[in-house]
Amino acid sequence: MSAILRKIIAPGGIPAWGIRVIASRTYSSSAGGKEMTVRDALNSALDEEMSADPSVLLMGEEVGEYQGAYKVSKGLLDKYGPKRVIDTPITEAGFTGMAVGAAYHGLRPVVEFMTFNFSMQAIDHIINSAAKSNYMSSGQISVPIVFRGPNGAAAGVGAQHSQCYAAWYASCPGLKVLAPYNSEDARGLLKAAIRDPDPVVFLENELLYGESFPISAEALDSSFCLPIGKAKIEREGKDVTIVAFSKMVGYALKAAEILAKEGVSAEVINLRSIRPLDRATINTSVRKTNRLVTVEEGFPQHGVGAEICASIVEESFEYLDAPVERITGADVPMPYAANLERMAVPQVDDIVRAAKRTCYRSVPVAVNA
Amino acid sequence: MAATAFSASKFTQSFSLNSTRSVDRPPLFPASHPLKTTPSSFLGSTRKLSLSSPSSSTSRHRRRPCRSPAVVAVSEVVKEKKSKSNVSLSNPLITKEEGLELYEDMVLGRSFEDMCAQMYYRGKMFGFVHLYNGQEAVSTGFIKFLKQEDCVVSTYRDHVHALSKGVPARAVMSELFGKTTGCCRGQGGSMHMFSKEHNLLGGFAFIGEGIPVATGAAFTSKYRREVLKEADCDHVTLAFFGDGTCNNGQFFECLNMAALWKLPIVFVVENNLWAIGMSHLRATSDPQIWKKGPAFGMPGVHVDGMDVLKVREVAKEAIGRARRGEGPTLVECETYRFRGHSLADPDELRDPAEKARYASRDPISALKKYMFENNLASEAELKAIDKKIDELVEDAVEFADESPLPARSQLLENVFADPRGFGIGPDGRYRCEDPKFTEGTAQV
Repeated sequence: MSAILRKIIAPGGIPAWGIRVIASRTYSSSAGGKEMTVRDALNSALDEEMSADPSVLLMGEEVGEYQGAYKVSKGLLDKYGPKRVIDTPITEAGFTGMAVGAAYHGLRPVVEFMTFNFSMQAIDHIINSAAKSNYMSSGQISVPIVFRGPNGAAAGVGAQHSQCYAAWYASCPGLKVLAPYNSEDARGLLKAAIRDPDPVVFLENELLYGESFPISAEALDSSFCLPIGKAKIEREGKDVTIVAFSKMVGYALKAAEILAKEGVSAEVINLRSIRPLDRATINTSVRKTNRLVTVEEGFPQHGVGAEICASIVEESFEYLDAPVERITGADVPMPYAANLERMAVPQVDDIVRAAKRTCYRSVPVAVNA
Repeated sequence: MAATAFSASKFTQSFSLNSTRSVDRPPLFPASHPLKTTPSSFLGSTRKLSLSSPSSSTSRHRRRPCRSPAVVAVSEVVKEKKSKSNVSLSNPLITKEEGLELYEDMVLGRSFEDMCAQMYYRGKMFGFVHLYNGQEAVSTGFIKFLKQEDCVVSTYRDHVHALSKGVPARAVMSELFGKTTGCCRGQGGSMHMFSKEHNLLGGFAFIGEGIPVATGAAFTSKYRREVLKEADCDHVTLAFFGDGTCNNGQFFECLNMAALWKLPIVFVVENNLWAIGMSHLRATSDPQIWKKGPAFGMPGVHVDGMDVLKVREVAKEAIGRARRGEGPTLVECETYRFRGHSLADPDELRDPAEKARYASRDPISALKKYMFENNLASEAELKAIDKKIDELVEDAVEFADESPLPARSQLLENVFADPRGFGIGPDGRYRCEDPKFTEGTAQV
């Protein structure tokens, strides 16, 4: 059930290799509360963990003098110096493998991929060197490493720069795969990832870096950290469960607002962790709402939504009142043309329509784009 | 040609064993040739290249004429070295104890691998088993110079590297048998030997995969010294790989980074002339791998990998250089494997004459001969070592055979650092526990 859409939600923009600043959108009212961009959340998490543990280092292309291709590592070179914030040559296989070797031998490297698309050049080391070593060595060699960078569709950058790798990495034992949505997620999950003794794939989203979210005092504390493997119920509801991660959580929340006006109470689950997957939270929610919609930017076949559906069918089949609905990216490489690109990624309307279908509400037929 | 010689000599200067080196000599060759009576000369691929008329063993390789000038340089050096080799026989390069240690390690490697072949054919081990026979001088010559804290990163041909690094034969054999007493409790296998205690960081089954990991281990040594202020951390990493790997991008990526950051690593190429069935000469535009060192700003050394004493001399210099913080070295050890690529390889492409030529240069026989000629050991002493190793290998087999298979519960262990990990629980259902190490501070 690939997304076929008609309405423009994402702000148009010139595809650019660099920072994309997006008008700040806030999804929950927080009069007077503190706000923080996802970029600053990631930056502060890196900063605090590097400050707390001298064996943490950051390595990647343009992370140092350039301050990060998306400025996530801004200021860290000045603070920690070139021995801990390391500008690498453009050699993904080489520096990723090297970071894995450093992790074997006692350091805690954070590897930044300029985008996760480039991790394809290094996937051998992520899977074969990092994910499998603890098992192959029977627990002798643990690999405390974080692979992070923007994942998923950006805007106008074409097929090779617009792909979601959540399902790829989440299918591999030995990896933990995290996908933050807001600033609290970004801080709490990145800090957890760096402290974790295992390899973590940390999937950020380019289009979220510039967004501001309210952030609590608790989340700003340097000891703050989120559990790996636990989803968060972002919005409670009783009629339908919408499961999403990363940028799609924002879309799901928007959809829930629209649905609420039409009398449908949607529960929105922010997965946070793709692997391990919090099956318990998802199943509990579906047993309550009896309906499920999954949303992801990735391809449909063998995707994260497919895994969630399998879990529901296995564990909560008798609770379902309607067929599950999967909203995913279209089953094609990402097209360049802006109108085609819009049709290839899920939009808020797709989620609204799918949720209504599960509730047997009438849904207007999608207009051709 | 001139440029090549110049760049090579430039890097020689910081890396010379003796001060009398001429300008056109490539970096570091052992000053003497300890095994002077070795019947066939150390030439291997380079001899084949320097001959313009195709001989029976080389006729299948077509070569462009433009390669020959580069080869002449090595030939000259080889000649020069050979002429010098007659000089210093009266002064043996090793003590008796050192000689016996080298001999024992090489015999252990050989006997262990021969036993592996037997056990493989008897169905005691399975999958791909790559044996090291013929290359022992490289493992022994290098690894016996290391400290326990130094790292070794190997390939799929890793049993003997593990043994040289001190992993007990019992643990290696048991691993091959897939037993729970193996060095990785049967979870690694032939191509994935690990030992944290001995700083053996694998066993990598893919071409080129181990090189970045080794570079990372070397990076860690430097990081510990310079950032974590562990002043005494002078640990060195050896990365072993073959001639086929030298055409893989990760090799070049890591030569660059290691030289760029002056990492304490030695890249040890075990050039056995064949990547399964692909001749080195048929796969590589310039077959002199050592020349790639100077191209990246590090010394490149070509050494006779069938001569443990020469390997040892180069190893001493290169490891010392790394330990002193002077950066990486690329060492090309020209060697030969006496068996097929793996035990599943019919080995039909290598010329019998070529095999015979190298068989006659067996590194173990050569060392034996050297020790006799220099009165470093008696026949009886070496026989005693042979016997001891035979018993040790027999014992390893018995131990492995009697050891238990991994318990069913072990299947799901060690996926993550917390042995409970995530995954399928004992009840067969997916388990998403929240082990302590991932507990956050926030209520969710």
